[in-house]
Amino acid sequence: MLMDTLILSRIQFAANISFHILFPTITIALCWFLLFFKIQYNRTNDEVWMRVYRFWVKIFALTFALGVVSGITMSFQFGTNWPGYMKTVGNIAGPLLGYEVLTAFFLEATFLGIMLFGIDRVSNRVHTLATFLVAFGTSMSAFWIIALNSWMQTPAGFEMRDGVAHPVDWLEIIFNPSMPYRLAHMLTASGITAGFLIAGISAYRILKEDHKPAPRRALKAAVFALAFLVPTQVLIGDIHGLNTLHHQPAKIAAMESVWHTEKGAPLILFAIPDEKTQSNLYSIEIPRGASLILGHDLNAEIKGLNEFPNAHPPVKPLFYGFRIMVGMGMLMLLVSWIAAWQFLRKKDLSPLMLKVFLVMTFSGWVATLAGWYVTEIGRQPYLVTGILKTADAVTQIPSHNVGTSLTLYLLLYAFLLTAYIRTLFVMARKAVLVDRPENMKSLQEKIHDAEDAPL
Amino acid sequence: MTATTLLTGEAYWLPVIFIGLMGLAFFLYAILDGYDLGVGILLPKDSDAHRDMMIASIGPFWDANETWLVLGAGILLIAFPQAHSLVLYNLYLPVAAMLIGLILRGVSFDFRAKTPEDHKAVWDNTFKAGSIIAALSQGYMLGSYVMGFEQSVAAYLFSALSAICVTAGYSFIGAAWLVLKSEGELQIRAARWARVCGWLTALGITSVSIVNPLISSAIFDKWFGSPMVILLLLIPVFCAALFFIVDRYLAHFPHDKDFGAWIPIVCIAMIFLLCFVGLAYSFFPYVVPNTLDIWESASAPESLKFILYGVVIVLPTIIGYTIYSYSVFSGKATQLKYY
Repeated sequence: MLMDTLILSRIQFAANISFHILFPTITIALCWFLLFFKIQYNRTNDEVWMRVYRFWVKIFALTFALGVVSGITMSFQFGTNWPGYMKTVGNIAGPLLGYEVLTAFFLEATFLGIMLFGIDRVSNRVHTLATFLVAFGTSMSAFWIIALNSWMQTPAGFEMRDGVAHPVDWLEIIFNPSMPYRLAHMLTASGITAGFLIAGISAYRILKEDHKPAPRRALKAAVFALAFLVPTQVLIGDIHGLNTLHHQPAKIAAMESVWHTEKGAPLILFAIPDEKTQSNLYSIEIPRGASLILGHDLNAEIKGLNEFPNAHPPVKPLFYGFRIMVGMGMLMLLVSWIAAWQFLRKKDLSPLMLKVFLVMTFSGWVATLAGWYVTEIGRQPYLVTGILKTADAVTQIPSHNVGTSLTLYLLLYAFLLTAYIRTLFVMARKAVLVDRPENMKSLQEKIHDAEDAPL
Repeated sequence: MTATTLLTGEAYWLPVIFIGLMGLAFFLYAILDGYDLGVGILLPKDSDAHRDMMIASIGPFWDANETWLVLGAGILLIAFPQAHSLVLYNLYLPVAAMLIGLILRGVSFDFRAKTPEDHKAVWDNTFKAGSIIAALSQGYMLGSYVMGFEQSVAAYLFSALSAICVTAGYSFIGAAWLVLKSEGELQIRAARWARVCGWLTALGITSVSIVNPLISSAIFDKWFGSPMVILLLLIPVFCAALFFIVDRYLAHFPHDKDFGAWIPIVCIAMIFLLCFVGLAYSFFPYVVPNTLDIWESASAPESLKFILYGVVIVLPTIIGYTIYSYSVFSGKATQLKYY
């Protein structure tokens, strides 16, 4: 047998959840952006804000649909591939997932209909309220799922009876030690991902010679949001890292590739970790850097992987994943601040910066995925830290069945991702063509053709 | 059963409440997503305008409709985790097929409006194919579940029959939805579709009802070995009456002033309800037929209670704003516009 059910199921789960997270990461924050656009319109009565809203609500709808359908797949994975998970921690995981469905899914799905198609049928105020409820729903969804994920990382508020977790204190379960940090980190990541998407697509429209005010206004809003959110994220990331050091030291040791416990550990900028010799090759280091960042003291002791024999996560994916995330973060900081400075000084972005934003349209995805790979692989070999190992939760289904479903999912995901990205740019080009000044006469027709196409 | 009948108090009632909630969620799913899957199955090749209008009629609703599936499967997962594992273990490939079907239709819905005109027909076909795959696999799963996941030729054939029956049923309620929500040429077309689908569905339900007790002695005993048999036989009688009403209404379509456009969909919803009652009677208190009852597979009472508080507060709210949403979009469907 080439690959067993365990590894195939892990790949399938990773593929499903990686594909899924792409879309909520955008929609969680994009809807708050939409609410901002709508409120600005209500306040100023300036049509341009409504145009920004109108364009982005369509992208929101598409992204949301992809999030919904890939999310349904996720919810079935627990039963199909990981029966041991619900058997052991179902008493905890079940209610948290249940609350997500009850308080988030129905709310966002129902009011999305009104938000998208109801403006002629409800008052403007109800329409704004619908936008708020969808935004609130997407964030509630993030709240519950992050609570569950964090509980898997740092379980609390439960007791084990006959090998099964039973809840003792729901507040401790929900607000477990890593939950507030992870939630803040994820919500901010969503803001940054949506921000770069808005900036990138708007920059594309401007580069395609869209002279309307709408894309500029959206770009400006995104740039200032990013200039605030990216440094905030650096700060939250740092605090989250300290929290991880306290509760999951093995994860930090692998992220920093610290093989042996040491005081005054260096910060490794780059290296090739070697699992066999338990050392780092070609290492570029800043002396005492890791101790300073993680312990806020030049001589702080950092626990090495040697303290966790046979129970630490694999080093390479964590070490590289973490560097991709942080590197992307630094690049985002630079880009967002230069852009904000250009807006403040010159009231506009240089063509070069527009191109940079276009290239970085999906940079949020890269950073978010890298971050999640670090935190999820960093929990291995456990599925629920200290309670359940991943290998003990997997299904007994024959590997060829998992192979079949995995192949289908991968093909489908590759196809959908291509279609999604292409469609975003098609929509941007359609928007460029709408009401060009030279075509003012046929404005109504053009809008009708491009905008009022039935869904 | 002997051990479980001794259960008292919340350990007895909580699983009963949750199986009721799960039944409610799956029932609402079958009606609500049933009609929008049905609309997808019925998409005609020959008229772009009809396709637009059909899809517009389900536009504001399909997403929330599908959420009832998540809730139903969610309650199975939360309240009866062992049953959830067992069911999904046995239905691994049909579940994967259903999910792929649901993914395809969910995204086609949005892509069709946003890609260049010449790609629209491709997405419409994807929408139709996705709807058919989802309906067939749900029907197959239902059949396989009813047969207790038996691995035999008879069971496979029964599941295939059930797949066709459910697909016909969804098309039936989908056509009835269009009778309610559309006008003119499309409405007359929908009435014709509904009539054909009605006959197919009636045929399907009849054959499932006959075959099922014949190949499963447990079901046979439950239905015919009980003193309630007279009462139970009212179910098929009512079903037949409802089919008759719908067929007569459709046979004389269109009616003056759009008289009673709601009659088919309400009658079909009642047919679905009767089928559900029949199924529930056949299996209660088992959550996996003949294998696992609701008390054996239930989660810890403290978990069920915690989620029940939420259900008591939130479920009425959900039903409230769902009704609100349907009232906002009441009347005949209009072209969808992102204003």
